Amino acid sequence: MTSPRRVAILGGNRIPFARSNAQYSSVSNSDMLAAALDGLIERYGLEGQHLGEFAAGAVVKLARDINLTREVVLGSKLAPSTAAVDIGQACGTGLQAVNYIGNKIALGQIDVGIAGGADTTSDPPIALGDKLRAKLVKVNNARSNADRVKALLAIRPTDISLDFPVNAEPRTGKSMGAHQAITAKEWGITREAQDELTVASHHNLAAAYDRGFMDDLITPYLGLERDGNLRADSSLEKLAKLKPVFGGPQGTMTAGNSTPLSDGASTVLLASEEWAKEHGHEPLAYLVDVQTSAVGYVGGEEGLLMAPAYAVPALLDRNGLKLQDFDFYEIHEAFAAQVLSTLKAWEDPTFCKQKLGRDEPLGSIDRSKLNVNGGSLAAAHPFAATGGRIVPALAKALKEKGSGRGLISICAAGGQGVVAIVER
Amino acid sequence: MSDRYQQFVNSFLGKQIAPRVGLPQPPFLKRHRPGAPVVDGPVLLGQADGGRLGPAVSRVLAVIGAETWTAEGPLRDGAAEAGLSPKIWSGATGGDQRFQALVFDATGISSAAELAQLHAFFQPVARRVRPSGRVVVLGTTPELVPGTGAAKASARVAQRALEGFTRSLGKEIGKGSTVQLVYVAPDADDQIESTLRFLLSPKSAFVSGQVVRISQSGRKPDLNWTEPLKGKVALVTGASRGIGEAIAETLARDGAHVVGLDIEPLADDLKKVTDRIGGSAITFDVTAQDAPAELAAKLKADHGGVDIVVHNAGITRDKLLANMKPEVWAQVIAVNLEAPERITRELLKQKAINPEGRIIGVASIAGVAGNRGQTNYGTSKAGVIGFVDAFAAEVAKQQLTINAVAPGFIETKMTAAIPLTIREAGRRMSSLGQGGLPIDVAETIAWYASPGSAGVNGNTVRVCGQSLIGA
Ligand SMILES: NC(=O)c1ccc[n+]([C@@H]2O[C@H](COP(=O)([O-])OP(=O)(O)OC[C@H]3O[C@@H](n4cnc5c(N)ncnc54)[C@H](O)[C@@H]3O)[C@@H](O)[C@H]2O)c1
Repeated sequence: MTSPRRVAILGGNRIPFARSNAQYSSVSNSDMLAAALDGLIERYGLEGQHLGEFAAGAVVKLARDINLTREVVLGSKLAPSTAAVDIGQACGTGLQAVNYIGNKIALGQIDVGIAGGADTTSDPPIALGDKLRAKLVKVNNARSNADRVKALLAIRPTDISLDFPVNAEPRTGKSMGAHQAITAKEWGITREAQDELTVASHHNLAAAYDRGFMDDLITPYLGLERDGNLRADSSLEKLAKLKPVFGGPQGTMTAGNSTPLSDGASTVLLASEEWAKEHGHEPLAYLVDVQTSAVGYVGGEEGLLMAPAYAVPALLDRNGLKLQDFDFYEIHEAFAAQVLSTLKAWEDPTFCKQKLGRDEPLGSIDRSKLNVNGGSLAAAHPFAATGGRIVPALAKALKEKGSGRGLISICAAGGQGVVAIVER
Repeated sequence: MSDRYQQFVNSFLGKQIAPRVGLPQPPFLKRHRPGAPVVDGPVLLGQADGGRLGPAVSRVLAVIGAETWTAEGPLRDGAAEAGLSPKIWSGATGGDQRFQALVFDATGISSAAELAQLHAFFQPVARRVRPSGRVVVLGTTPELVPGTGAAKASARVAQRALEGFTRSLGKEIGKGSTVQLVYVAPDADDQIESTLRFLLSPKSAFVSGQVVRISQSGRKPDLNWTEPLKGKVALVTGASRGIGEAIAETLARDGAHVVGLDIEPLADDLKKVTDRIGGSAITFDVTAQDAPAELAAKLKADHGGVDIVVHNAGITRDKLLANMKPEVWAQVIAVNLEAPERITRELLKQKAINPEGRIIGVASIAGVAGNRGQTNYGTSKAGVIGFVDAFAAEVAKQQLTINAVAPGFIETKMTAAIPLTIREAGRRMSSLGQGGLPIDVAETIAWYASPGSAGVNGNTVRVCGQSLIGA
């Protein structure tokens, strides 16, 4: 084994994200992931090439997609010798895939790889109710036609029930939004602050499209050229009209300042410096380090989506950095309140002392450096595709700037968080 | 003895009918269960500007593991010093948040105008208290307010005013919730833990609208809060039934060896009680001439002295004064007042009460407010309050405390004997709209008895569901 190598981020490609049951209602995770991958292959001239590995995942996944990524590779123009792996860590899937590929490159196990993710909420895996499943298994096991008919006749209308996947934590039965509403309340996050963050997200993303920033990050798909959720004309007045959807009628979280269910896919091309040089690609930036942390939340001991508040200080300490040592902050906007609770926690001497064991708070960030090219509130959030949206866009922003450092923070279901440092 | 009316209005049918026909609906009161946390739910902590008890209260909330909420600002920063990581309370972002307890440090209020801070804190959360909730306001003992001249006087006025607030809020808060005022002497901030624990917990289910005074005892023992009375010996008079039985059981639950006392005819009942709780029994009449000396000798011989003395034995012999024979008068005074006083004097004289001892009287709201047909009883029970007042300073010098409970309507054989209509009135005419249980009196006594309550001296706390009768 050689000593760790620098991991170059060469670029990425994604399809525009669509709102649930809209433009992508009739396509699957593998269709979308293939579309994103095809665009990447084309953009970086990877046709017929053997790559080290393709790592991706989908959070809401059909049972038949056991080998989702490998099947996508086989259907793509990559050499069939390119290995693939399905990984999953809820909304952290995309960034964790980047970490996985990055680590292999750093260790010299591979020279180049692709990370990605896809998710659809329009083609969810619908499970059969237990009674119906048991009876259908009997039908399948029947030896004669007569037995089969008998088994079929045993199915009563009341047996027919379907389990749709729900966006709820199995151990609390609460939706992610309900959890975040509790956290928002506990941190005193106001409706106005959430709406302001939301407007900024939409305006920043719209501006990024307008100035052509997205041109080499996106390939249009099924008639969609920009993210379907983007509202360039979003305003505080419009958002103020929305009714709370989480935290009861007096709650602060609305459909506007929470990400909607959505469909999409993204990919990121990572390589060693040597490989990049050999193949004539200038790295946009480098992946420096990644930290994954988790918190207990089941008994209300911490907020479901607060793990990044713990992951970031651990990552900063390991790299000898302060929270203020960054030019860009990419904090995944699962909910505006999630971003604001996290920022407030880092500013709070009490949290930093009691929960993080630090004498000084991490402090505040320059908000003009936050999600400068839009965040999940505007782009939407097909769960596993978010990491692959953020990494290339941040790397590109660093390249445009010339040099600098960016921090990524992504919260995930199950009380987990994945955070990373990108540098140029 | 069960309260059929309460069961009825809380039944499904009752819940439908009672409000329609205008019947009052007494709520079920949450009571202590072994192993349960002190406060089973979120606690909102507030403070008037310049208050001094934030750190002391925060320390208690931290050790009891309370989910604490505060507004942002100095109170929250101070709470962090105490080891809390409070959640942030603000009316604008509070959504559907509700609280099990509201605790407000009002020690900073130093003028009538500043009383507006009570309104500012409580008004927005008045409807955010959960059933069987707890409200505790902390102030400075008015007579001990520091300062000089006019400033001192107006601070004293303002602190005294707190009492009207808590008593009134107690009458409107509803849902089985209670409201208390705790006056903490300026130097006694470190003495509040046992009292806060009691008043925040379901143990104080039937105590409401009360004022507790805490002074500096100079002592702050390290306590095992699940068995605070371990190794202590407690004498409980009238322990064979009713409230006395509950007191014996509760003190034993808290770790004490209980010496139960009752009259000879009830020896069997008494033995059943003391056997059940691993205590010992003595039978004699507390009014007997040689009772005090005998008792003192026996406690010293058998247990090397006593730590807790609960004067619970009591009788009623109701008659209108015009019809009352002198022996009826005398009997009641003898059992309820003379006996506690004589026994206490003798125990003190013989040094039979160990250091850190607790003397606890059982008064009655009849002694506070008076009752028709109870001139004798009312006199005796007011006398018990006087007994506490008179002995407090003296016993404090010996590192002892003396306090009393004044029960209101408690469901026992004694109250079951009251004629129905009067009984019903007794139950309903209180903020909590029902009679209390013997355990409610016993829990209050256990709070006094705790080694943590060294700063609680000279108090008479009513256990009456804030009965509308009396002050
Ligand atoms: N039940 C109420 O609503 C209520 C209200 C206010 C005050 N109290 C007081 O609470 C105390 C207990 O009341 P209770 O309702 O349990 O009454 P109770 O009659 O059920 O019990 C009183 C006990 O004291 C004992 N006792 C009486 N005279 C005695 C004597 N001379 N020597 C030794 N023991 C004697 C009795 O035998 C009995 O066991 C009394 O002091 C009573 O005045 C009760």
